[in-house]
Amino acid sequence: MNIVVCIKQVPDTKEVRIDPVKGTLIRQGVPSIMNPDDKAALEAALRLKEQFGAKVIALSMGPLQAELVLREAFAMGADEGYLVSDGKFGGADTWATSSTLAAAISKLDYDLILAGRQAIDGDTAQVGPEIAEHLGVPHISYAEEIKVEGREVIVKRQFEDRYQILKAKMPVLVTALSELNQPRYMTPGGIFDAWRNKEIGRWSRDDIPVDDGNIGLKGSPTKVVQTYPKTMKQPGTKIETDVDESVQYIVEKLKEKYIL
Amino acid sequence: MDFNMSKEHLMAKQLFHDFAINEIEPWAEETDENHRFPWETVRKMQSTGFMGIPFPREMGGQGCDTLTYVLAVEEFAKYCGTTAVILSAHTSLAADAIFQNGTPQQKEKFLRPLADGTKLGSFALTEPEAGTDAAGQQTKAVRDGDEWVLNGTKIFITNAEVADIYVVFAMTDKSAGTRGISAFIVEKGTPGFSFGLPEKKMGIRGSSTCELIFENCRIPVNNLLGREGKGFGIAMSTLDGGRIGIGAQALGIAEGALDRTVAYVKERKQFNRPIAGFQNTQFVLAQMKADIESVRYLVYNAALLKDAGKPYSVEAAMAKLKASQVASEVTRQCVQLHGGYGYIQSFQVERMMRDAKITEIYEGTSEVMKMVISGSLLR
Ligand SMILES: Cc1cc2nc3c(=O)[nH]c(=O)nc-3n(C[C@H](O)[C@H](O)[C@H](O)COP(=O)(O)OP(=O)(O)OC[C@H]3O[C@@H](n4cnc5c(N)ncnc54)[C@H](O)[C@@H]3O)c2cc1C
Repeated sequence: MNIVVCIKQVPDTKEVRIDPVKGTLIRQGVPSIMNPDDKAALEAALRLKEQFGAKVIALSMGPLQAELVLREAFAMGADEGYLVSDGKFGGADTWATSSTLAAAISKLDYDLILAGRQAIDGDTAQVGPEIAEHLGVPHISYAEEIKVEGREVIVKRQFEDRYQILKAKMPVLVTALSELNQPRYMTPGGIFDAWRNKEIGRWSRDDIPVDDGNIGLKGSPTKVVQTYPKTMKQPGTKIETDVDESVQYIVEKLKEKYIL
Repeated sequence: MDFNMSKEHLMAKQLFHDFAINEIEPWAEETDENHRFPWETVRKMQSTGFMGIPFPREMGGQGCDTLTYVLAVEEFAKYCGTTAVILSAHTSLAADAIFQNGTPQQKEKFLRPLADGTKLGSFALTEPEAGTDAAGQQTKAVRDGDEWVLNGTKIFITNAEVADIYVVFAMTDKSAGTRGISAFIVEKGTPGFSFGLPEKKMGIRGSSTCELIFENCRIPVNNLLGREGKGFGIAMSTLDGGRIGIGAQALGIAEGALDRTVAYVKERKQFNRPIAGFQNTQFVLAQMKADIESVRYLVYNAALLKDAGKPYSVEAAMAKLKASQVASEVTRQCVQLHGGYGYIQSFQVERMMRDAKITEIYEGTSEVMKMVISGSLLR
């Protein structure tokens, strides 16, 4: 079984601040990490590898420094890694990104494609399913559990208030939630191997069989007009009941917010 | 000369940092308070490859190097001195003694499980009457057919109750002085091998420290480590390596205390301003930072020398001497900058100050470090 895992390098949004004037992210000095949902996807792939034997292939598109997340993937146990990187791919929206990644994946031999549900810097949750559409394979999103039986994948798909259990034949793409698992740590020896004994396959524009009209900023139909931070406005709640009931209400609320 | 860390070392440091934040820091206080061995953390360290960092892949290790191991001890010590010494005593005392001196069979049988994380190691040299004067070993080993029979008591042994594999030193020929000391590998559960009560300690309170008691404890002749009579040399050379680990522990404790103190002085207000605004605070912080950075180079340098296969005994002694002094002084100053809060348990620097002290004592006191250093000067 060959499993392709799409991973993205993202700024650690826990550390990001917003420029109060421009309303954009201040990325300077912010550490880059492997997108958490993607890490869960990678972990799922590694567990399937342990269970059934599989080749795990990590794929990332981004600037050259995105090499780091591929090295991290190696250090966790991925077998191969490819970096799709070219200035011409820059400024891509979800359409251009998924077109490019799908074209890259079409060069690989795959049975299962795993991606994170969404990236914490964009939060669109579109790229995974779009890749599947470009490739003409089925997809199941929001996986909270992934099982493989023969050539079939059985996924527990999470909704706000219920689950769906879905089954699909390979090749199939599944997007993972970070609730799917607790990703393993890299190992120290894995890190040494990742830098000393493993090669990252580097693909630039000419290596990817995709039309010019579908890549980069020019191939991106989405135009961002403005981004701005939400302003906090909380009107507060007024409770007009007798004392006992109010106390009860407040205690409930505090419990809900895990303050109590 | 290159002071830059390689990419693999930087990534390993990040790994150890993340692990420390997620798995070590949450337990540090409770471990100290209840004198409780942090098993859940140690199990995770074992399954993540942390117990065999500098040993070759073929022997169950990670195939990294001493510097990587030092980074692990340092990062862990920033949050918990206990966890750092568990790793250090296991790796650079027990496992390294076997790695450097064991036969291929001994490495397969004892180093592999230590390095791959299935078993925990311990190193027992000190005795009630043989501390700094380690040559005064009273524990005896007498050959009887295919076995050695051990009798005696070791004291203050780290990882004692929790370990599985012990490197133990004993006299095999009293008349030969230091040349009459030999090293042995003893497994937990061997009849005649038991433990004393756990010691109640000032610091590193989650670590297991107690006596090892040998009463007609019979071990196979194959468990002699190195040649008969070579035990003292094995002990001394192993401690040289161990001191790099303790240097890293001291460095980490100092860094951890400084990090917390920098955060604290920015928050704490007196006279209507953060105490960081006082020049005294600034100068004390500056001095601590400079001391810590100078110690970092001593510790890393000793590690690099060991990796390069060069002599490092004196460098390790200097690293441990300075690092432990700096750890004690820095943690003391950090408590001072916290004022009364520094004396209260939940502010962490109190624990760090207690933890720092041991680094001036074990694996050779500071006085012993000075003997090693001055010995090299006056040779
Ligand atoms: C928490 C803890 C963990 C330990 N873990 C281990 C372990 O895992 N394995 C192990 O084998 N040991 C271990 N030890 C023992 C430790 O290494 C010894 O305590 C240390 O070497 C000092 O020996 P001592 O306690 O007998 O002190 P002593 O030798 O009695 O020293 C007392 C004082 O006299 C000084 N002194 C002694 N001789 C001289 C001299 N010739 N010149 C100048 N000053 C001198 C010392 O420096 C010290 O200041 C541990 C100890 C502790 C407290």
